[in-house]
Amino acid sequence: MENNGNYKNEFGWFAEKPQVPKKFYNAKTVVGGLVIFLILVTAPLWRNLGKVVPAPDPQLNTQAIMALPEKDRTCVEDKAYMQAYHMRLLVDWRDEVVRNANRDYINSKGKRYLASLSNGCMECHSNKSQFCDQCHNYVAVAPNCWGCHWEKEKKQVAQTEAK
Amino acid sequence: MSIKRREFLRLAGLSTLFGLGGKAAFELIAPGQLDAQSYAPEAHATKAKRWAMVVDMRKLDDKTAAKCIQACHLTHNVPDIANPVNPAKAFPPEDQARFRIKWIWTEDYHNAFPGEEHENLQEKLHHMKFLVLCNHCDNPPCVRVCPTKATFRRPDGMVMMDMHRCIGCRYCMAACPFGARSFNWKDPRPFIKDVNQNYPTREIGVVEKCTFCDERVSKGQLPACVEVSNGALTFGDLGDPKSKVRELLRANFTIRRKAHLGTLPQVYYIV
Repeated sequence: MENNGNYKNEFGWFAEKPQVPKKFYNAKTVVGGLVIFLILVTAPLWRNLGKVVPAPDPQLNTQAIMALPEKDRTCVEDKAYMQAYHMRLLVDWRDEVVRNANRDYINSKGKRYLASLSNGCMECHSNKSQFCDQCHNYVAVAPNCWGCHWEKEKKQVAQTEAK
Repeated sequence: MSIKRREFLRLAGLSTLFGLGGKAAFELIAPGQLDAQSYAPEAHATKAKRWAMVVDMRKLDDKTAAKCIQACHLTHNVPDIANPVNPAKAFPPEDQARFRIKWIWTEDYHNAFPGEEHENLQEKLHHMKFLVLCNHCDNPPCVRVCPTKATFRRPDGMVMMDMHRCIGCRYCMAACPFGARSFNWKDPRPFIKDVNQNYPTREIGVVEKCTFCDERVSKGQLPACVEVSNGALTFGDLGDPKSKVRELLRANFTIRRKAHLGTLPQVYYIV
């Protein structure tokens, strides 16, 4: 039904739209609530303002590594790959060892390694708190390896897993 | 502007050729950095078509059985719920039975072979302590019910556990007719006195059981219990007619636990 811009409600046709007073109801409560909300949401920012979290600095100088001749001090893959993909490598190791009974890893250069966290990685990197936890704490990830696998370092559990 | 069918087919064929050839050329010139990664079994791994065990009860006395159990528990960090490291934290006896973790343990004849006993049994059967463990069935009901495939049957017959996948639903415990599976109701670490740091423990909330020492077999060793059993336990390949287990099975009458259930258990007993 055409009605040239006139307004209709349940009682019939009107010449103009009924006027609703434009008013900000409960202004104090609403604005106060918004301010509190904003403060709460940004609280972590304010709290850490000006603080500098030290960048992780994983230590590679364990006894087992230092005992190796200089040229043999390489991980199973090169450093860049390990930094980016160690988690994927470990998951692949886990699946291959447990499900396919393939306990040896042959790396891209053809060298054989025992695919094992506790008996492989941690034999060289025996400093879990220096090597694993620093970065993991920094980026706030808590891998659950150590609920079952032994960290051969005799130290208390890392901060992230203590909870 | 239109295109003829002939023209279209020609273009499509050419671009397919170029695409495939281009990919191959790319691989040739700059091969993927880690294409050569691969996995293999350990150098000294023993292989078999079908692993099985024969328990010779004529040679097995209580002392040997205790030795086998101890060796297994030491190797695999099996918690002794009755004896926590801190004696003040011991559970009351009824809880000790509930929370107990079993990999290999002993049972009386009427418990190990229910339905096989009768009133006038041979006297010696009443006094025998049968060493029982996971039977690594050929038709394992635990594997069939596992919703996450955390437990699975290896091609060589070992029924394995992938602790990483276990969600602790305990279906497998309901399915296993041998009670060979135990649930970790408590964190096991406070109950392990002597620790083998080369083997992981389990966590609260997963099911565990005997794995036929897959980690030792993959190094070419015998299972821990077999090694200390003074010949009472024999481990070997059923697929090899010349193997020691096959020899024992040929020469002796053997029984299996609850064979009538059709799970095809692969631990044989010479009584």
